[in-house]
Amino acid sequence: MELKSKVPSGPIERKWDKHRFEMKLVSPANKRKFTVVVVGSGLAGGAAAATMSELGYNVKCFCFQDSPRRAHSIAAQGGINAAKNYQNDGDSVYRLFYDTVKGGDFRSREGNVYRLSQVSVNIIDQCVAQGVPFAREYGGLLANRSFGGAQVSRTFYARGQTGQQLLLGCYQALEKEVSKGGVTMYPRTEMLDLIVISGRARGIVVRDMVSGEISSHLADAVVLASGGYSNVFYLSTNAKGSNATAIWRAYKRGAAFANPCYTQIHPTCIPVSGDHQSKLTLMSESLRNDGRVWVPKRKEDCGKRPQDIPDADRDYYLERKYPSFGNLSPRDIASRAAKEVCDEGRGVGPGGRGVYLDFADAIRRLGKEKIAERYGNLFEMYQRITDENPYEVPMRIYPAPHYTMGGLWVDYNLMSTIPGLHVAGEANFSDHGANRLGASALMQGLSDGYFIVPLTIGDYLGSNKLEPVSVDSPEVKATEAAVRQRTEKLLSVQGSRTVASFHRELGRLMWEYCGMARSAEGLKQALAVIPKLRDEFWHDVRVLGTGAELNQSLEHAGRVADFLELAELMCIDALHREESCGGHFRVEHQTPDGEALRHDEQFAYVAAWEYAGDAQPPVLNKEPLVFENVPLSQRSYK
Amino acid sequence: MHPLAFYRSTIGKKIIMGVTGLIGIAFVILHMAGNLQAFAGPRKLNAYGAMLHGPLNELLWVLRIILIVAVILHVLMAYQLTMRSRAARPIGYEHREPQVSTLAARTMKWGGVLLLAFIIFHILHFTTQTVDPAGMRGMTDVAGDRDVYGNIVASFQIWWVAVFYIAAMIALGLHLYHGAWSSIRTLGYAKASPNPLHRRIALVVAIVVWLGFTLVPLGVIAGIIR
Amino acid sequence: MNLTLHVWRQPGPDARGGMERYEARDISPDMSFLEMLDVVNESLVESGKPPIAFDHDCREGICGSCGMMINGVAHGPMRGTATCQLHMRSFGDGDTIYIEPWRSRAFPVIKDLVVNRSAFDRIIASGGFITAPTGSPQDANNIPVAKRDADEAMDAAACIGCGACVAACPNGSASLFTAAKISHLGLLPQGQPERERRATRMVAQMDAEGFGHCTLYGECQEACPKQISIDTIARMNRDFLVATRHEHEEKVLGGG
Repeated sequence: MELKSKVPSGPIERKWDKHRFEMKLVSPANKRKFTVVVVGSGLAGGAAAATMSELGYNVKCFCFQDSPRRAHSIAAQGGINAAKNYQNDGDSVYRLFYDTVKGGDFRSREGNVYRLSQVSVNIIDQCVAQGVPFAREYGGLLANRSFGGAQVSRTFYARGQTGQQLLLGCYQALEKEVSKGGVTMYPRTEMLDLIVISGRARGIVVRDMVSGEISSHLADAVVLASGGYSNVFYLSTNAKGSNATAIWRAYKRGAAFANPCYTQIHPTCIPVSGDHQSKLTLMSESLRNDGRVWVPKRKEDCGKRPQDIPDADRDYYLERKYPSFGNLSPRDIASRAAKEVCDEGRGVGPGGRGVYLDFADAIRRLGKEKIAERYGNLFEMYQRITDENPYEVPMRIYPAPHYTMGGLWVDYNLMSTIPGLHVAGEANFSDHGANRLGASALMQGLSDGYFIVPLTIGDYLGSNKLEPVSVDSPEVKATEAAVRQRTEKLLSVQGSRTVASFHRELGRLMWEYCGMARSAEGLKQALAVIPKLRDEFWHDVRVLGTGAELNQSLEHAGRVADFLELAELMCIDALHREESCGGHFRVEHQTPDGEALRHDEQFAYVAAWEYAGDAQPPVLNKEPLVFENVPLSQRSYK
Repeated sequence: MHPLAFYRSTIGKKIIMGVTGLIGIAFVILHMAGNLQAFAGPRKLNAYGAMLHGPLNELLWVLRIILIVAVILHVLMAYQLTMRSRAARPIGYEHREPQVSTLAARTMKWGGVLLLAFIIFHILHFTTQTVDPAGMRGMTDVAGDRDVYGNIVASFQIWWVAVFYIAAMIALGLHLYHGAWSSIRTLGYAKASPNPLHRRIALVVAIVVWLGFTLVPLGVIAGIIR
Repeated sequence: MNLTLHVWRQPGPDARGGMERYEARDISPDMSFLEMLDVVNESLVESGKPPIAFDHDCREGICGSCGMMINGVAHGPMRGTATCQLHMRSFGDGDTIYIEPWRSRAFPVIKDLVVNRSAFDRIIASGGFITAPTGSPQDANNIPVAKRDADEAMDAAACIGCGACVAACPNGSASLFTAAKISHLGLLPQGQPERERRATRMVAQMDAEGFGHCTLYGECQEACPKQISIDTIARMNRDFLVATRHEHEEKVLGGG
């Protein structure tokens, strides 16, 4: 497999402009002759669908939720970055680019990241024009805050509900196009396979989750914007329905999967309270702007009430280890530091898996009112879940799987290795390297959806002559048959274990061996266990009911079946990457003071895995990464 | 928007209800003020009645027509909206616990029906005197005016008439309380506030109207009006 | 703790439904309400019975997927809280809990507690947007918005589209949902050009879906997990009234 990144030549500032000029155009009259299928209705998918319809394409948009407004982008709390430099604090497109490449631990593609930074300013303009109610200063201008390891204030926000407001803006644009007839929306419809004809992506096979009907939707191009795969860990901050099925099916049809082991563990989540736990709740990273993270210096103090531990006996470990960034250290670093102190036995709360996030100093300094104004909704949410009042006792937090930087490999046009299959948002691997900075996920989703895919799709459609296809073609029939067979197989096992029990077991395994710290030994162990668990799943899972009705167990079973395969690829990738970078921390590769140690000579590449059949190991393809603008260096936040 | 589209929309219907309701409120306040003249003695009240039916007769009819149209529209809209609301939930809840709705809000429908019955009875009783429990039909006072005062006194001395009136006035007070403030909101005039001014005004209007109307039968029962 | 549940079970959209009784054993007070249902469902599957279908996704109170009548109250006893954020410590050992789907003609039941809320999407599609096609609009800071307006718009924009307002309304009205969007966009300068058209179209669509009317009981605002105020409804009515007058005038002018 040849990986052509197609990053345009020339100086980095000019690449995107040059590319936009060089791309083929489709005339307005011809656009309506093309049908584009979009899977997912979050920031990337919803924005792409709405924008392509505005341009004149015929768009079909699919989501498994009951409404496109519920896509998981909605849960993002903190904000969205943009290099507006409204605060005059030295920000620029170049600085956002630089921060993102460095924050990604030099495992992303410079050209893509630069374009993302350029487009970031347009996103804010677009969202404001749509009526997104961003926070404002008394003068009426937009407010900004610093966020997630940035030393400038470039984050735009709407209370603690930025993702919701951006998504609603995008959803409203989408519904506007639905009413005009440009977009046909298919809610409660799940993509179960990709149709590939003559080597090109030509449609998808879906299941109507209400009637159970399986059908095919043909298209001239397909956009996958189906989000990330953190739910492979069972417990994550993702929505319960978030799944990898769309991208996994595409992988099995020939799309390369890049860097599957790059997962982000978010440092500030509410700790697990018991075995019943069904998901983890994120507490916005913005809390670290005013909260101080600590654990007791001595193990013996862990059982004490936090207010009874004097300052001298507290270890503000982030401030101690990273004096210049302190509590605002990037996510991977803060998460790992929390794990370390808990591994030392100094964790607090049930099971010793938690650290304090303390607002006492901030309340003393700014007053309770100011803190309530900044974080009131988050404090309420914390109290609802834990029954503890964070104004009086410090919050307890612990890292949790949150985001996956890995995803389907795409070129500069966001096209995968299957021609015609474009991948946008978290589903692709493109911009964050081995670690994503806070408030950059929303930026990437909207950048891909509003400003990139709608243009590059035109280039693809304009420069390729597509054969007409029919639902009666053998490829379509075969793909549909495969989907039906799989569904029937899931229903016919009639074993003894629930789907959730398999998912929980897989999650525990992945968290243990492929979580915040990974070792060759642990990964090998996981690789030995996962196939057994998968085998047990296919022989002993119990899915009741039929395929011809709303059947939530069946939906879950299909997703878990795919996670059971993806988990293996994640471990293979993690094992092969003999270095530590960003969210991928191999215990064998660390500096003497415990920081991630990269091996740039050997591993400055994108690992794009190619499916080679169920019986064969996947094939590794490498896309070398070249750093012409940001010199390779060790990340330091000290 | 086409006027018919306005009429067909639920908000249009609510606005019609609000406007006709406010007309009704204005009327009951005037009516109540007139009634209170009972405390000034028979001459005063009967003369007031005679003035309305004499020199102000045309004006009275104009007001009556406005009022009749308002009542008809109000009742018609209430009926249509109630039917609509029933259709909006064909299968009800096995268990439902209202959280905040006031007694006034919850009794709008049946209180309204009671009021309609009352208004019909009231017109038959005092205006046309078709219903004449006290046997006062055609009676006049010393000045030759219709003896409104005498009818009031004689009627309210009959226990069930007094009870019916007092009960109806409680329904009216509740109806006015919810009706007054919600009409103002329905018409779109409401400042954001947890305890908005129009809600307090509505409360005052409701209490004043209820009290003003109830004082007369109470006055008769207490022997102040004789 | 142990609980007795009475849950609405209905196998499909056209099937007959009824309340079924279940026992929920060994429930921890730290569980969320949905985690309690997960436990019940796992035991149902283990005993070969179909699990209770209910909508849920983010489980952090923002996606708006979940929603059920819990003891006759939309989203249950805790104020300003979606079902997923309700925890079992709000109940006592031995309690009986009645669980029913949202009831509205416009929200037909699909299965058990799952209802079809696509009527809300159609209301938004009818006009709940600002027409600003993706492109190069002016710089974001060229449109100053008074903080008060921005804050008030945000209060209204917080709606998660769960449908609790409809479920709690004695009239089955969608006024709070519709008014929240009309208020959000109508409070912002960007929303002015389409303000009146938005009000007439969204109200017409709301009516066409078969929702009831608003009598300002205030139940919706109480049930709303985001505590959106019924003040928004006054705004909607005002915009609707103004639109009635203006569009009529427009027509008269055009005709002349």
